[in-house]
Amino acid sequence: MTDNLDDNILVLNNVTKRFGGLVAVDDVSLSIKRGEIFALIGPNGAGKTTLFNNVTGLFKPTSGHVILNGKDITGSKPHEVARLGIARTFQNIRLFDYMTCLDNVRVGRHVRMHSKLWDGLFKLPAERREEARVTEEAMELLRFVGIARQAHQYARNLPYGQQRRLEIARALATEPKLLLLDEPAAGFTPQEKVELMALVRKILDRGVTVWLIEHDMKVVMGISERIVVLDHGEKIAEGPPEEVRTDPRVIEAYLGKSA
Amino acid sequence: MTFTDYGFYVLCGTAIVLLATQAVLDPRTFFQVLDFGIADGAIYALVALGYTMVYGIIELINFAHGDIFTLSAVIGSAILGFFTVSENTFSLTEFVTLLLVFPVVMLMIGGINVTIERVAYRPLRNAPRLAPLITAIGMSFIVEGVMYLWHGSAIIHFPDLLPHGPGFQTYIGGVFFTFKDIFVIVAAVILVSLLAVFINASKLGKAMRATAQDRDAAQLMGIDINRTISATFFIGAVLAAAGGIIYGLYFNNLDYHLGFSVGLIAFTAAVFGGIGNIPGAALGGLLIGLVKAFSDNYVGSRWTHIIVFSILIAVLVFRPTGLLGMRVPEK
Repeated sequence: MTDNLDDNILVLNNVTKRFGGLVAVDDVSLSIKRGEIFALIGPNGAGKTTLFNNVTGLFKPTSGHVILNGKDITGSKPHEVARLGIARTFQNIRLFDYMTCLDNVRVGRHVRMHSKLWDGLFKLPAERREEARVTEEAMELLRFVGIARQAHQYARNLPYGQQRRLEIARALATEPKLLLLDEPAAGFTPQEKVELMALVRKILDRGVTVWLIEHDMKVVMGISERIVVLDHGEKIAEGPPEEVRTDPRVIEAYLGKSA
Repeated sequence: MTFTDYGFYVLCGTAIVLLATQAVLDPRTFFQVLDFGIADGAIYALVALGYTMVYGIIELINFAHGDIFTLSAVIGSAILGFFTVSENTFSLTEFVTLLLVFPVVMLMIGGINVTIERVAYRPLRNAPRLAPLITAIGMSFIVEGVMYLWHGSAIIHFPDLLPHGPGFQTYIGGVFFTFKDIFVIVAAVILVSLLAVFINASKLGKAMRATAQDRDAAQLMGIDINRTISATFFIGAVLAAAGGIIYGLYFNNLDYHLGFSVGLIAFTAAVFGGIGNIPGAALGGLLIGLVKAFSDNYVGSRWTHIIVFSILIAVLVFRPTGLLGMRVPEK
C-alpha cells in the first residue's frame, strides 16, 4: 500500500461544478493522505454531496481534475471509478431493498470476480469455487460491521442503523482504497454514534482511507485528523479539528455574521 | 382487505366456478381446451418475459417487442427456405435444421434488439418517461414496415417441421394430444427455468436485479449499467425469438402484423402477473393463454380480445400491482 511514493491517495485540483447559472462546487482543491480520516463539513446546501458525486463519476466536473493515486480519473464512469478503488455510501440510504443482506454485499464483490458469463451459465467448477469464496468474504464483511445474523433478511426489513452498516459493508466489498461516507451518523443515537466511530477506525485498520461528510460535530471532531469546510461551494477552511473549530469564517458560515 | 381486493377475488372466483362447471359437465372438451390453452400460454409467457424484464430495469414498455417476436418467425422461415426440408417426414435433416435455426435466429434477434435499445432508447435514458415510449412505438412501426416491405401483407408460411400426423398424436382419455403441444410446453418450461436460474444465480443476473432496484448505487458498486441493460434487451429478445420460432412451428402461418396483437396480449399477461416481476410474467402468460382458449371455446372467438383486454382493465383497477406484485421477489 505504501509502494506509491506520492502519499496522497486523492487530489482534487480546482474542481468546479456548475448547473446552469448555479455554481454548486466552486474551484475546490484538496488532497487526502493515504491512511487518514478526512472530513468534509459545511452547512446544508454547501455542495458536499455534489463534490462526492463529482469524485465518484455520477457527475462530470465542469472544470478541474480528480486524481486518484496519481492517475487522472476526471470524467470516468461510476463503475470505472468503483473498479479503480473508490467506494461510497449515500446520505439517504440506497440499498438494494429487495435483495438479502448477503446478496447486497455479493453484488459489491462481483467487481473483483474473474469468472465470465458462460462460467456462470454452465456452473463450471472454477465459478463455483469463486462464488463460494465470494459468499464467505461477504459473510466476513457482514460480521465485520456486526450484522452477520441478518445475512438472509431482505435489506428493507433491517432497522435503520443496521441498514447504514450494511451500506458500509457493501461499499467495502468492492475492496476500495478510499471509502466515501456521506453522513454516516445521520439519525443515530449517541450510543450508535460511538459504535460508528469505532467502526470507522476499524475500517482504517484494514488499510482503507476514509473521507466522510458529517454534520455531527462530536463525530467529526472525535475521529477526523483533518477537516475541510465548504460553504456555498467554496472551500473556506482546512486544517486539524481544533484549528477549524475556532476559525472565524467557519463560525460565521454556521451561525451567520453577528451584526 | 380493501374493497378492490374483494372485487378481484369475486371476479376470479366467478371465473373459476364457471370453468369448474364446464369441467364437470364435459370434461373431454374442458381438458382439450386446457391443452390448447397451456400451449398457447407458453408462447405468450416467452414474449411477456421480455416486456417485464425491460420494464423492470428501465421502466420502459418496449412496444417493439411484439414485432421483434414476429420478425424472428419471419427470419426463421427465411432461413429454413435455404434448406430442402420436408414437411411430411421428420428425418435427421429436419432435426439438424431445427437445431441450427433456433440459436441462429435467437442470436440475430438478440443483436437487433440490442441495436434498437442503443439507437432508440439509450439516448433518451434521462429524458422524460414519455419520450422513449414514443420511440418504442416508432420502432414498432419500423420493424413492421421492414416485414411489410419484405413480404407485403400476404400470409407467410412457416414450414411445418415438427413431427406431426399419425404416430405423433394420440387420444388420452378422449383428449387429443399432439407432439407439437408437448414440444411447445417442454421448450417453454426449459427456457423459463434457464432464465430463472440465470437471474437468481449468475453474476449478470444479480447485476440486473441491482440495476433494476437502484441504478446509481449499482454503478457505484462497479456495475456497468449500459452493458447490463443491453444484456437485458438481449435476453428478452432471445426468449421472444424462441417464442417466435415456436409459434411458427406450431401455427405455421403468420403475417407482418402479428406482433401487434401478440404483443398487446403478452403485455396484458405481463401486467396481469405484475409488471417487472419475472415469475409473474410466466404465470400471467400461461393464464392469459388459458383465458384465450376458454373464451374461444365457451364464449366465442369474436369475444376473446374483448375479454382479454377487459382483464387488463380489471387488473389495473382492482390490482394494479398484478398477481405476484410489481417487484422482483427473492427466493
